[in-house]
Amino acid sequence: MQNIVCWIINCFELLGQWATHLFERTGRSALFLSRIFQSIPFAIVRPWLVFQQLYSVGVLTIIIVLVAGAFVGMVLGLQGYNILVRFNSESSLGTMVGLTLVRELGPVVTALLFAGRAGSALTAELGLMKTTDQFSAMEMMAVDPFKRVIAPRFLAGFISMPLLAAIFSAVGIYGGYFVGVALLGVDDGAFWAQMQKSVDFHEDFMNGVWKSITFGFVATWIALFEGYDTVPTSEGVGRATTQSVVHASLAVLALNFILTALTLETN
Amino acid sequence: MTRHTLEIWVGVFVAAGIAALFVLAMKVSNLNTVTTGDTYKVTARFDNIGGLSIRSPVKASGVLVGRVSNIAYDDKTYSAIVTLSIQQNFNQFPADSRASIYTAGLLGEQYIELLPGAEDDYLKDGDRLLMADSAMILEQMIGRIIADKISE
Repeated sequence: MQNIVCWIINCFELLGQWATHLFERTGRSALFLSRIFQSIPFAIVRPWLVFQQLYSVGVLTIIIVLVAGAFVGMVLGLQGYNILVRFNSESSLGTMVGLTLVRELGPVVTALLFAGRAGSALTAELGLMKTTDQFSAMEMMAVDPFKRVIAPRFLAGFISMPLLAAIFSAVGIYGGYFVGVALLGVDDGAFWAQMQKSVDFHEDFMNGVWKSITFGFVATWIALFEGYDTVPTSEGVGRATTQSVVHASLAVLALNFILTALTLETN
Repeated sequence: MTRHTLEIWVGVFVAAGIAALFVLAMKVSNLNTVTTGDTYKVTARFDNIGGLSIRSPVKASGVLVGRVSNIAYDDKTYSAIVTLSIQQNFNQFPADSRASIYTAGLLGEQYIELLPGAEDDYLKDGDRLLMADSAMILEQMIGRIIADKISE
């Protein structure tokens, strides 16, 4: 009897610990975000810092986005053709490839790749800086690490994501075009005409752009916060890097569902 | 890496991103076919609009000349009032033109087809089309055919 009571109390204690920890971290991450916003003007007047980060966050991610986009588009073309040809409607392959890439796959897959390639690097970098007390050293020299280190990285991630998503979608559509039109013999004119007929500029294209902006914001925020909030040990940096990728990916997938549900409801 | 090469790469990245956005906007979406110019509005009264909705196409001889911009129900005459926004560069429709609701394909989306009349005056903003044919409702047609068969 005594054992069971003890066990129940233990359970509650663990639950309480978990809940407090969760609220603490949520609160810290919100404060972190507000400090980033305050520091953004200082990053804008030093564009060189942002350029450096644009290189490591954006330029170095292009290759993986190009390759992934081309292959995803090619698979969409191949798979879509095989399904549509059963209904004799392979001419609407353009619709399928265009809508899927612009609305869903472009922003989401790019955000996942971004979290894996750029987000993990940001977390590991910041985590190591914290572990080696570089932030304290900066503060000692009256350099605000938010203005000097974090805000430029945030801006770079925020700018890169929509551009990367657009590159992904464009390359993917040409990948689908290559498989569908050049290899499988879908009519060239029908491919583009059907696509233009069904992809609406405001409803679909802008929706994709908004999604990619949101995902860029969230993925960069999570990556930077996980890095800044690392337990300053080598194990802590490793865990923070893993968590950064996992949390950012889950956040992107969940947000994607919410955003899709919200935008589909209106029409 | 020197500052110079880094800036070149960032420039290439940003240019590629903007070019991709541009390609998506112009080549993939319907931006260049969207009616951006001025439009004028005319209304038409239908007994039944079927599956017509806002933003449905308005066509003349099969060519897109405008879109449906509003649909309202008039509970005095028990009919639907549809507002058509027609592009300003097609402003020479005779005032007695006829609007009919057709279906693209057998079960496709519904649109309004304008049939030009013979009057010398042209349609202008705020006019009402006096002749309007309602949508063909497939169920009603099938019902009628079955009723005919039974009465035979």
